Amino acid sequence: MRTPRPWPAMIAGALVTALILAPLGAVALRGGGLARLGPAELSALWFTLWQAVVSAGLSCLIAVPVARALHRRRFPGRRALITALGAPFILPTVVAVMGLVAVFGRRGIVNAGLGAAGLPEVSIYGAQGVILAHVFFNLPLATRMVLQGWQAIPAERLRLAASLGMGPGPVQRHLEIPMLRAVLPGAFLAIFLVCLGSFAIALILGGGPRATTLELAIYQAFRFDFDLARAAALGLTQVALTLAALGFARLIARAPGFGAGLDRAPVAGLGTGPGLCAHDTAAILAAALFLMTPIALVLIRGLPALPDLPPLIWRASANSLAVALASTVLTLVLALPLALATPRHPLAEAAGMLPLAASGLVLGTGLFLLARPFVSPTDLALPLTFVLNAVLSLPFVLRLLVPEVRNLAADYDRLSNSLGLSGLTRLRRITLPRLARPLGFGAGLAAAFSMGDLGVIALFGNGDRITLPLALYQLMGAYRMDQAAAAACLLIALSFALFALFDRIGHHAQPR
Amino acid sequence: MLSLDNLRIEQGDFRLSADLAIAAGARCALIGPSGAGKSTLLGTIAGFLPPTRGRILWQGQDLTAIPPGARPLSILFQDQNLFPHLSVTQNLGLGLDPKLRLTPDDRAQIEGALARVGLANLGLRKPAELSGGQQSRVALARCLLRARPILLLDEPFAALGPALKSDMLALVAEIAAEQGTTVLMVSHDPADARALCPETVLVAEGTAHPPQPTGALLDTPPPALASYLGS
Repeated sequence: MRTPRPWPAMIAGALVTALILAPLGAVALRGGGLARLGPAELSALWFTLWQAVVSAGLSCLIAVPVARALHRRRFPGRRALITALGAPFILPTVVAVMGLVAVFGRRGIVNAGLGAAGLPEVSIYGAQGVILAHVFFNLPLATRMVLQGWQAIPAERLRLAASLGMGPGPVQRHLEIPMLRAVLPGAFLAIFLVCLGSFAIALILGGGPRATTLELAIYQAFRFDFDLARAAALGLTQVALTLAALGFARLIARAPGFGAGLDRAPVAGLGTGPGLCAHDTAAILAAALFLMTPIALVLIRGLPALPDLPPLIWRASANSLAVALASTVLTLVLALPLALATPRHPLAEAAGMLPLAASGLVLGTGLFLLARPFVSPTDLALPLTFVLNAVLSLPFVLRLLVPEVRNLAADYDRLSNSLGLSGLTRLRRITLPRLARPLGFGAGLAAAFSMGDLGVIALFGNGDRITLPLALYQLMGAYRMDQAAAAACLLIALSFALFALFDRIGHHAQPR
Repeated sequence: MLSLDNLRIEQGDFRLSADLAIAAGARCALIGPSGAGKSTLLGTIAGFLPPTRGRILWQGQDLTAIPPGARPLSILFQDQNLFPHLSVTQNLGLGLDPKLRLTPDDRAQIEGALARVGLANLGLRKPAELSGGQQSRVALARCLLRARPILLLDEPFAALGPALKSDMLALVAEIAAEQGTTVLMVSHDPADARALCPETVLVAEGTAHPPQPTGALLDTPPPALASYLGS
């Protein structure tokens, strides 16, 4: 029987593997092992680790009461609020940090309130700021995961609990705590991994000997000292750390089985009582306030200043759009053949997941080491951002596509084969239409990520070879806060528009 | 003649051997306990599962190495016989040209086939806009258009009610008689086998036995079949 070799997937897999392993190899050679790690590098390693533990822990801790409240209560706008919990995936990091500065910064509203009450100021700069921003970004993720856990508790069991006259205490002990024990480790590890690779947040809010992450240290070694050996050694440490965390996550990974949940109304008789109700209301209000105020402040400040944006911002926006669109196309071109090959060739998925092991800054450093004899760093800025953004989005798009590809294969492979459908006709008539929705959603996420990312561009960007997030960061650094807020509004608008555009295309292209 | 020549299928713990021949133009039921391998045998004949040894021959031509779409047969599955995102016309068009480049002549043929199964003028609908019985008719119309000499039925009408099912089986019998099609049908219902298939292949205990007259087999079933039939 004929099983054609999946050439497109083999080429895509080889390309991704080369794009990850070649720079990592260059970094490993140049870094010369871990011997070069001095006290500054070790303290960056230490900070990276403990801030990730604290950020993930706090996010999970706060997520529990918020998710429980969202699960127990029904109120107008609840659906919208849960949908809004997905927004941080699209929201550019720089914008959120800017909003947090507007709330918690020296001239922020919190310090204004504290000053009026005669209390001492709080500072957002330093470890506490980095952690605050991480919680801001990851609390929604944790809340969604825990909420799904709650929704996955079968209603039958809650009914049984109610019929046995269990109060909140026993329900907690017999149903909720076991659920949390199953859900929270996964949520903690997912957030821990995100925080390990934190760069933009540490760049703006951290720094100094006590709040520098490994990623930030790579940037400083590269950009300020141009000490490539040190950047490479740090990069190697970062990769080792990520691999260790990924391995650990695999070890304790439990069978999934939480799914989307049915979002049934809670069983009457559980969690009533005025005390609980006040408690839940407070949790929901506090979370909504914490998550929405920063963005609202950026919008309020930025929208009026939109007409005053300097020309460089428009230039940077055009760069960002071009980079985002190109990298989205590349992500899809890599992801689709790999996803389609996955049911028969598990190695295809493994190749697509490789980018999880490396960060943009590590890859950027490595690719620069390779390309250095031939080109100047500034020339690399936009092309490298385009390629690396595409590769870094790949694992996430692949994760969206693979289950859908498996369903498609289970449902229609035999029919397609029995009718002799193959090659481009099959791709155009069957595969693409059936996968349009996840492709559109994945493309939207990839485009928004690429649009809003402040990563590898920070290593190389210069002059007018910059992206909008980098231009925004430069405006903030120059304390032109009105213009920065206006640029932030533009960045939010472009990121959400790109996401919505691709998602909409997917919805329209997939016929029912 | 469709010959299963010393055929052996292995899949994990599952084993099935078949060494039998079915005359061209015959209508033959496949009966046996569930899990005996009726669908697996059809899948192997259709080309979805390669046999571990042996050959499948049609009129002396070895089919074993031919990909499913190029074999001289059409197959109807239990479900997923139509692509939900394509119109009825497009679903039928796939039977004429997998690349769906339909000529006016093709379109006329499609209209004719639709009329033949009693669905004239429904070509623009999507499968979801049809009833279960109508969907079965569309799938059968595609077999009509492909006009392959063998038709494999893997219980495609199992989800229909009894009246609809016997209508569909009667339609299959009519079309098969017109085109001289050889029909192989997996069945759980002895009444279906009696109604449509003069001959029956018993699939039980790791073996697909040569075809026997359906009536005699069902009237005096061997022990393996008797316990399945519950008689």
